[in-house]
Amino acid sequence: MSKVYLSYSNIISSLGFNSASVAKEVMLGNSGLKQIKDTSVMPEPFMSSLVDDDALTAAFNNKTEKKYTKLEKMFITSLQDTLGRSNIALTDRVGLIISTTKGNIDALDAENDFPKERAYLDVLAKNVAHYFDFKTEPIVLSNACVSGVLSVAVAKRYIKSNMFDHVFIVAGDLVSEFILSGFNSFQALSSEICKPYDKNRIGINIGEVAVSALVTKNEDDLSDEAVEILGEASCNDANHISGPSRTGEGLYRSIESALAQSNLTSEDIDYISAHGTATMYNDEMEAIALNRLGLEKTPMNSLKGYFGHTLGASGLLETIIGMYALNQNVLIKTLGFAEMGVTQPINVIENTVEKPLSTFLKTASGFGGCNTAVIFKKVK
Amino acid sequence: MKNQFKISSYCHVKQNKISLNGTVLFSAEAEESKFLKQAYKALDVNYSKFFKMDKLSQLAFLAADVLLQHENISEENQENIALVMGNKASSLDTDRKHQDSIQDKASYYPSPAVFVYTLPNIMLGEISIKYKLYSENSFFVFENFKTNYFYNYTNSLIDDKKADKILCGWVNVDDEDYEAFLYLVTPNGNLQHTEQQINTLYNELWKL
Amino acid sequence: MEALKQELKESLVEQLNLEDITPAEIADDDMLFGDGLGLDSIDALELIVMLDKTYGIKLTDPKQGRAIFESINTMSAYIAEHRTK
Repeated sequence: MSKVYLSYSNIISSLGFNSASVAKEVMLGNSGLKQIKDTSVMPEPFMSSLVDDDALTAAFNNKTEKKYTKLEKMFITSLQDTLGRSNIALTDRVGLIISTTKGNIDALDAENDFPKERAYLDVLAKNVAHYFDFKTEPIVLSNACVSGVLSVAVAKRYIKSNMFDHVFIVAGDLVSEFILSGFNSFQALSSEICKPYDKNRIGINIGEVAVSALVTKNEDDLSDEAVEILGEASCNDANHISGPSRTGEGLYRSIESALAQSNLTSEDIDYISAHGTATMYNDEMEAIALNRLGLEKTPMNSLKGYFGHTLGASGLLETIIGMYALNQNVLIKTLGFAEMGVTQPINVIENTVEKPLSTFLKTASGFGGCNTAVIFKKVK
Repeated sequence: MKNQFKISSYCHVKQNKISLNGTVLFSAEAEESKFLKQAYKALDVNYSKFFKMDKLSQLAFLAADVLLQHENISEENQENIALVMGNKASSLDTDRKHQDSIQDKASYYPSPAVFVYTLPNIMLGEISIKYKLYSENSFFVFENFKTNYFYNYTNSLIDDKKADKILCGWVNVDDEDYEAFLYLVTPNGNLQHTEQQINTLYNELWKL
Repeated sequence: MEALKQELKESLVEQLNLEDITPAEIADDDMLFGDGLGLDSIDALELIVMLDKTYGIKLTDPKQGRAIFESINTMSAYIAEHRTK
């Protein structure tokens, strides 16, 4: 059975415009979150990490006459970097997956300059695919907050089914009035920097990034930080469309299935990059699921304190940071965490430290009761 | 192909008609939101959460319910049935509703019950909850139904033993337009699971 | 107060899409959540929006809702005391 790898990548974020420099900022403990005052998207000030418009315009190398939305510019700029370093010809054996929850949803706003048709996700996908002249029809994946990490699993599955040899995945969502007003109506937003797993956590921050990566079966010419995708699964809670399961059922089953496919047990996992949104129910649910699997002693983190919850991108963003963590043998601390705030014991990383690492588990959970777990192993 | 999976049942909903395996089960003269409620009553679904769902989830739920009832799938068995669905308009029908609730700053009351349906995969959650499916969920968006993407993804789930059965299909709602086509891929069934067969079944949607 | 209770029952049925029951079937002391009417966490959030929109009452802590939304009796008493519109 041929192996499938996650290789070259890019991150467009408030902490920088390439994966290596962003990973470095995170390892230094720097957060991209800050207070934003912009009444056009939210009546009250809010915590977020935004992609700077001027920096994006400067980085975006528009080779066409076409006008692109901010999200399209983020996607294209991110893919440009990943494609350039991957050096793969775009044939009919190369796929493109775009992960997003809401795409160009801001185009629905009466004040927006773009036509409302731009809010269709297939239109967004075509704009990105045509820019680079992909030969295959782009795939949009929209599975709430697991979209980003699920795209890794879906890419691997398309490669294994022999539809593609390589798949480029790009994930992103904007911080928009649409999103903020919705999460605010759920009373889920924190006005302070979020505190995953902490006793005093009060909710999430929403952030924006675009990230991209190459999934490939070609083991030659992998990036230094490349990882093998060992196993993956995505199981539903079958419980509630917005509330996480009280027993962590879907997450538990996802991790169990991913471990089985990887031929690993819980003891083989060196660290967990968890979801950790810093809501009461999510963090508690994760702690329960990890305990049911005997993963309570495994070092784990949430990276939401660095970027906020970046929705459809978060799972892939955190996977990319995880690749760099493996490569540099660093356990990254959970920014914002101070005092244990979940009822089951978990090993939240409190200080960024060096430690030999070879395998990590990435998890995510989202609305609709969806959960995804993917296990990665260092190549070099 | 390594796997010899078949298609055991399929369901179409369009033009105020619901059909199962090519036979119309219910039809009505009504605009869509009323049609879905009429169908709910006529088909004796008896699941009060149905009324809380948006049109997209109602449509997917009804189509899935008709098909899974016919297959004698019961929540007690907690079967491992993966859900692989897609559409063109994502959740835009409900997205527009949420946008309307925030467009006027003088009357700014976003509704959590609307917002939660601004994700297309919620329909997968609704079906999973009713049938206790703790299984793989994937939601795709394409310009139109892409048989090869559904076919290959389904086969990879079968090959990796991620599911015993897979409920696949296309569920789209966009303003007044709507259509649903679902088919169940199982080890046993009368129809071959091939791209050609899936296309043939999908095209029946337009003859309803 | 009776008029307010009737109004609340009607808005509950309409805004929470409780199509299988009528306002007349809701008793003043019926439990709205749990075993009673079976409302869930999204309904609770929706009721917070309703308090704001219809009665001008802003709840900042969702936990406050638990006691207020126990029954039609508790809801009407709270609204009568705190309403600004």
